[in-house]
Order: sequence, then structure tokens, then C-alpha cells
Amino acid sequence: MRVWLLLGIVVLAGTAGEIAVTRAMKQIGEVREFHPRALLGVLGRAMRIGWMWLGLSLLAMAFFSLLALLSWENVSYVVPLTALSYVVGALRAKIVLGEKVDLVRWVGVLLVVVGVVLVAVG
Amino acid sequence: MSLARRVRLKTYVMIVLMVLFGPSGDVLLGKGMKETGGVALTSVSSIFDGLKLGFHNDLVWMGMLSLIIFFICYLLVLSWADYSFVSPASASSYAVVTFLGWVVLGEPVPSVRWLGVVVICLGVFLVGRTPTRTTPETQ
Repeated sequence: MRVWLLLGIVVLAGTAGEIAVTRAMKQIGEVREFHPRALLGVLGRAMRIGWMWLGLSLLAMAFFSLLALLSWENVSYVVPLTALSYVVGALRAKIVLGEKVDLVRWVGVLLVVVGVVLVAVG
Repeated sequence: MSLARRVRLKTYVMIVLMVLFGPSGDVLLGKGMKETGGVALTSVSSIFDGLKLGFHNDLVWMGMLSLIIFFICYLLVLSWADYSFVSPASASSYAVVTFLGWVVLGEPVPSVRWLGVVVICLGVFLVGRTPTRTTPETQ
């Protein structure tokens, strides 16, 4: 039971957090300079966006749930179940962020999920 | 180099960095947390005690450093690329980890696992055929 509860948090809070972080980074706009000072500036700006804090909180929640899960169960058990995140994430990216997930991308995402399950189970 | 190609190239560079640092972080964290002996979920304080033990473990710290580098690359790539592009593409880490384990550590890799690697590569290849960005530039 506790495994499934934490798994739900990993998948749902994890993808929600990533979507929120994506929204914040899109608000900043394409990063074009990669020297350390410019990167620090980008991170500084990111930290002043509400979506970033929401995203980081959700990701922290998912991260600590994953830590707890990994302390009880093997990676080969946990990873195939968390692979569901790829589907949930693509769905949310389409609905919330308006990304165009066309058939090719969907097939790619589904193949990735199947592949990850096979790798983890194998 | 055209603008679209330049954006695609830097997307790939970021994904390669994510693929290198992400799994290293996961493995180090997993090993470190196992060394500390598990988190007991009996009360809120026991959860914090369990997690606190993790902070006294070097492997956990190395794992976190690796994951911070991973996360910075992740943030940067998301400033221009689709989440639904980056997220499945970074799953190539499973293929890289399996391949490196086989070549560097000489780990035996069961055929089901190789099949998984092939399927992931196919999936990542398909995702890579789609545009890196499908939403309008906001700035």
C-alpha cells in the first residue's frame, strides 16, 4: 500500500513539477549564453518566478518519495513503474503547455516506456 | 549553421550531459541510501531521521552533486525545447547505462534487456524526428 501511495506521488507530483519548471523556463526564454556568469544570471531569474518554486516543491516531494521507495525496493522494481511518468508527462505537456504531441512523438514515448520496462525487468 | 540546426545541436548536447549525470546521480544515491539502512515510515520524525542519515553518507552527497548538474542542464534545455521532446529523449540514459555496464564493467546483459535498449533507441529516434519546439517563443 505505502509503495503504491509513494509511487503515485513520484509520478503525479514529479510530472506536475516538471511541467511547472518548464513553464518557468519558457517564461525566461531561450538561453543563448553558457558562460558561468550568464548561467548564474539565468538561475537567479528562474528563482524569481512563482512557477519555478511550485515546480521545485513538487519535484522535491517526488524526489523524497523516490528516495524512500529506493530504500525499500530494488531499482529493477521501482523503475518500470515510474516509467509511466513519460506518458503522464507527455499528456500534461499537451494539455497544460500546449505542446503538439503528434502521432510520431506518441509512438516514440510509448516505445520508450516499453523499452524502460524491458530494461528494468531484464 | 541555420538557426534550427543550432537549436537542435545544443538540445542534443544538453541531453547528452543529462544522460551522463542523471543516472550516475541515481546510482550513487541508491547505493548511499541502501547503505544507511532504509527509511522507516512509522512516524513523521522517523521519516526525517531516515532521510537525515542519508546526509551523512558521501555517496548520497556525490549523487546529489551529480543530480544538480543534471538538473541545471535540464532547466537550460527546457528554456527552448519541448518538455515532451526532452523527457523521452533523456530516456536514452537507460541504453547508455546498459551499454557502459557491458563494455566497462563486463556485466552480463540478458537478452530481454538488450531488447529493451533497442526499443528505447527506436523510441528516442522517433521522438528525435519531431520538432524540438512546438510552442511559440514568448519573449
